[in-house]
Amino acid sequence: MSRTAVMEGSFAVAEAVKACRPEVIAAYPISPQTHIIEELSKYVADNELSSKYVRADSEFSAASIVYGSSGTGARSYTASSSQGLLLMTEVLYAMAGTRLPVVLTGVNRTVSAPITIQPDHQDTMALRDTGVIQIYVENIQEAYATHIQAFKLAEDHDILLPVMVCMDGWILTHTFEPVKIEEQELVDKFLPPFVPKYRLDPKNPLTYGSYGDDEVPEFRYMMHFAMEKAKTKIQLIAEEYKEIFGDYFGGLTEAYKCEDAEIILVAMGSVIGTIKETIDQLRSEGKKVGVLKVRTYRPFPAEEIFEIVKNAKIVAVIDKSISVGQGGQLATDIKAALINKKTPPLVYSCIAGMGGREVNINTVKYIINKSENSLITNQVPDIDYIEIKRQYLE
Amino acid sequence: MVTTEKLNLLAPGHRACPGCGAAIALRQILRVVGRETIVVSATGCVETFTSPYGQSAWEVPWMHSLFENSAAVASGVEAALEAKGEKANVVIISGDGGTFDIGMGAMSGMFERKHNITYICYDNEAYMNTGVQRSSATPYAATTTTSPAGKNSYGKMEFKKDVPAIALAHDVEYVATTSIAYPQDLMNKVKKAIGIKGPKYIQIHTPCCIGWGFDSSQTIAMGKLAAETGLVPLFEVEKGKQMVVRKIKNTKPIQEYLNKQNRFRHLAKEDKEKIMEKLQEICNDNVKRFGISE
Repeated sequence: MSRTAVMEGSFAVAEAVKACRPEVIAAYPISPQTHIIEELSKYVADNELSSKYVRADSEFSAASIVYGSSGTGARSYTASSSQGLLLMTEVLYAMAGTRLPVVLTGVNRTVSAPITIQPDHQDTMALRDTGVIQIYVENIQEAYATHIQAFKLAEDHDILLPVMVCMDGWILTHTFEPVKIEEQELVDKFLPPFVPKYRLDPKNPLTYGSYGDDEVPEFRYMMHFAMEKAKTKIQLIAEEYKEIFGDYFGGLTEAYKCEDAEIILVAMGSVIGTIKETIDQLRSEGKKVGVLKVRTYRPFPAEEIFEIVKNAKIVAVIDKSISVGQGGQLATDIKAALINKKTPPLVYSCIAGMGGREVNINTVKYIINKSENSLITNQVPDIDYIEIKRQYLE
Repeated sequence: MVTTEKLNLLAPGHRACPGCGAAIALRQILRVVGRETIVVSATGCVETFTSPYGQSAWEVPWMHSLFENSAAVASGVEAALEAKGEKANVVIISGDGGTFDIGMGAMSGMFERKHNITYICYDNEAYMNTGVQRSSATPYAATTTTSPAGKNSYGKMEFKKDVPAIALAHDVEYVATTSIAYPQDLMNKVKKAIGIKGPKYIQIHTPCCIGWGFDSSQTIAMGKLAAETGLVPLFEVEKGKQMVVRKIKNTKPIQEYLNKQNRFRHLAKEDKEKIMEKLQEICNDNVKRFGISE
């Protein structure tokens, strides 16, 4: 029987990872990822989990350790945040290029400078081009389910790419919600032991990490092609999860009240919950508004997004990060998804919630209000910094 | 009957330079560790010349990932083997740049966590793969492309980092230095290391004809001279036992070693006598400290 318990987000992730029976875990502590790896080490100490747990000397080494263990055919897991994810960057490129199906939790926190432990998406956005699949979750239950699905996705022989489950630090890792924890037997049924396609094995000596003279374009092409395949696979895996566990958490996107919406907000992660609440309020006032949650940022579901937003008049994109000198990364990708279409909606790019600044119902209402004004004037600002405190700029 | 002498797990046709000391080291290492081995290498000469895509020279499973992480990758390999209840020798073969400099942190972590891994550093005393830049393994006064001798410089102005001592400070199970010029010594030490459980460190002096500037027929001779002058002491320390040092009958003056290599040629000038003397002092100190004289 499954059980439902009120628990902290980090513990729910640890429960999910435990249920997946990783053979090797390597980690290095950084806030706000710590509770996940502390809980996992407790399971190992209490013999509730038989993983080989390696306490790494840095995030760089943690990523390298799971690189080695995954290449030796072991189901492997790590987690990090912020600076730690940046320190892993070089390894993550190599890991994706070597097609190693590691699962990691990217606990979202901004990056220095200035140093702070507050959440935003700047860290995982910096890993956008690594070849690591990125799935952003809205709530703790979704974080739980997505981790279990992530192993199945990563280890699929058609995919073989690292998968990172991105969850907002503090907002999701350190808050409590009721979480349905699935029965181990069913998780085992959903996720059988990892069968590597290739591995380091003296019985069949293979070379990993060759020097490439002329093969780089083909390697990149195959990674991109695997990402494309992942679009279908992510949905199939979510369906299978639903069949076994009865709940659906998956898909590339989730459209909420978008069918007849004139204004559609687009965002990722925990802010979706706040937006849904706002949409409900505004719908009761008769406003035609909806929200599109982008779950998988890489692969980017451009076609699916277009199908959802094509009849809207304006799309307001909330980025909790910025590509300095260009703007919001999600907004840039949404614009790219619409550019070759006939009569695409306007795109309004909002930068909000950076460095943990609160995005509440009033913030969302402000964005919707500005979207309505844009429809009247038929003009949208190139980029809108929501609730910038002018006093700091002087 | 299969004789181990004939076991060659480095296929011919690799891309090492003629007279490459590292390639000689590889063959000697692989002959001893045998097929039940997984090798991890850092980026460097060995990685480049053995692993062109589709033309790998490795006849044991081999993994390369990055420059600075071979010790961490190998830690993961070892952890996976342990998790699966499988056995194989896990051996790192990385250069001095990947060991002394950029990979030092990962190596320290691997030692401290007591992984069952033999870390072998082939020490050619500079970044040879990228064109002979100075590393912290480069000997005092050697000229390299980033520590060139000039009006204001006599080459590398700092001493070689003592990595075996750093390994010993981690309380590892076994530390040894050896040289390709003494194949039996090298193979005995590797054999001993893989038979001991826990972290081990072996540093192999591997002369590089291109980087040091000597004829490719002289690789072994150069390795011999390095040992015979006392500049490169050959020793081993097994945990809990006394250090064993390879004795030299009549140590040779350092000049004999320096004169044969372009990287020390600038020292022949009159005003560099003091530097020469300093190098001789390093040798004398080694002879005394390690008790090299027979």
